[in-house]
Amino acid sequence: MANLELLQTLHGHKGIVWNVAWHPLGTIFASCGEDKTIKLWSKEGQEWTIKTVLVDGHQRTIREVAWSPCGNFLASASFDATTAIWDKKSGQFECNATLEGHENEVKSVAWSPSGQLLATCGRDKSVWVWEVAGEDEYECESVLNAHNQDVKKVAWHPSLDILASASYDNTVKMYKEDPVDNDWTCIATLCSHESTVWSLAFDKTGERLVTCSDDRTVKIWKEYKPDNQEGVIITDKESVWKCVCTLSGYHTRCVYDVAWCHQTGLIATACGDDIIRIFKESEDSDPNAPTFELICTKLNSHSQDVNCVAWNPIGNQELLSSSDDGEIRIWKFSD
Amino acid sequence: MTKIADNVNPHVYEKGSERKTTSAELDEELTDEFDEREIFDLIRNINDPEHPLTLEELRVIEEKNIVVNNKENTVVVNFTPTIPHCSMATLIGLSIRVQLLRALPSRFKVTVVVSEGTHVSEHAVNKQLADKERVAAALENNNLVQIINQCVANV
Repeated sequence: MANLELLQTLHGHKGIVWNVAWHPLGTIFASCGEDKTIKLWSKEGQEWTIKTVLVDGHQRTIREVAWSPCGNFLASASFDATTAIWDKKSGQFECNATLEGHENEVKSVAWSPSGQLLATCGRDKSVWVWEVAGEDEYECESVLNAHNQDVKKVAWHPSLDILASASYDNTVKMYKEDPVDNDWTCIATLCSHESTVWSLAFDKTGERLVTCSDDRTVKIWKEYKPDNQEGVIITDKESVWKCVCTLSGYHTRCVYDVAWCHQTGLIATACGDDIIRIFKESEDSDPNAPTFELICTKLNSHSQDVNCVAWNPIGNQELLSSSDDGEIRIWKFSD
Repeated sequence: MTKIADNVNPHVYEKGSERKTTSAELDEELTDEFDEREIFDLIRNINDPEHPLTLEELRVIEEKNIVVNNKENTVVVNFTPTIPHCSMATLIGLSIRVQLLRALPSRFKVTVVVSEGTHVSEHAVNKQLADKERVAAALENNNLVQIINQCVANV
């Protein structure tokens, strides 16, 4: 029977822990939250412990942290309207660049697969694409105002420079750079959720997307390329994304985060009902109407809302979660 | 310049009587659960942002519009703005949410919504009040926190 075994409960933050992010090697992770600090954790023997605490980078809540694909840089997005870039070129982690431009709260930050681009989004309804211009230099490449409400989350396609964003306006949008005039444009709008879309994640191919929402559902979307065999009509030579599966009736409150493991294909969700759930695609799943089964329900995984879930990228079935209760928990999934 | 209140002459209702303490409640051996009246008592004396009156006196809050479920750890408060285009609705809702956030054990999931059909922007107000990220960001705004603290000062 599928089970989520608690390996360790980690204390250290005061107040809400909004986000946790694995280093690409899976041996370190970063956490952040209401207490305006970033903590870096690694394993000492069997125990995960705090190795470094990054303070004074932000004046307000730190909403999200993200490691660059090379693992040398850490980006942090804060309600103080800035995004900080940390590295340890000097031997220890320090903030060597600050991205300014958003009018108010920055809610999410993500590195592109090449590590050459960064995306941020926030309450000012905009999505910004930044280019790494040189050592400690970042240039704004585009400001995208496609959403008409605040933008909750940005995530990059796993191998291409295609960006997705989730918003309070109930939609998800995708963007890419037009090679002719180097302008970033919105290439798709995904409508189906009935309330705020809080988070999203691509599968390992980048041809499917999972989204989660305040409408208490999780949706799976599939890309239909211009040459698709299914006969899905394409306009403007851009792929069409269709919702091919809705997981409803499982979550009893807002779903705050979703993580799609690129090694195992398992989907984990973080919910306001204090539960972590794991979904697995059925063996005989139809690609155009896939079925996912709920294989694990961890009741009271935290004593308050679960805000974030993150699979260890090395595929060892370790899952991190963070909560309003101030705790981070590390779990081991087994079939 | 002082802003003129949206509703300059609201109807004022009489305050209800104080809750009677039962002998069972005084018994330290017994666990008693939260009920609607207790939640009502926690929020009845919140001040209206525009008037020197409480939410009870304006009938913005009534005991019958509160639902408590101890088994599910949920509290739902429906509040009724005095007029359907009240620009203070979000602030009032936020004050109720903050007061309950501070007063109730953290296991409770608190929902604060406008009573159905009593506000022109009911859906927008409810969505904003339900978004905990927006609430968290609002509570880092010192000016706003000061206003809310004034509203909940006498509870």
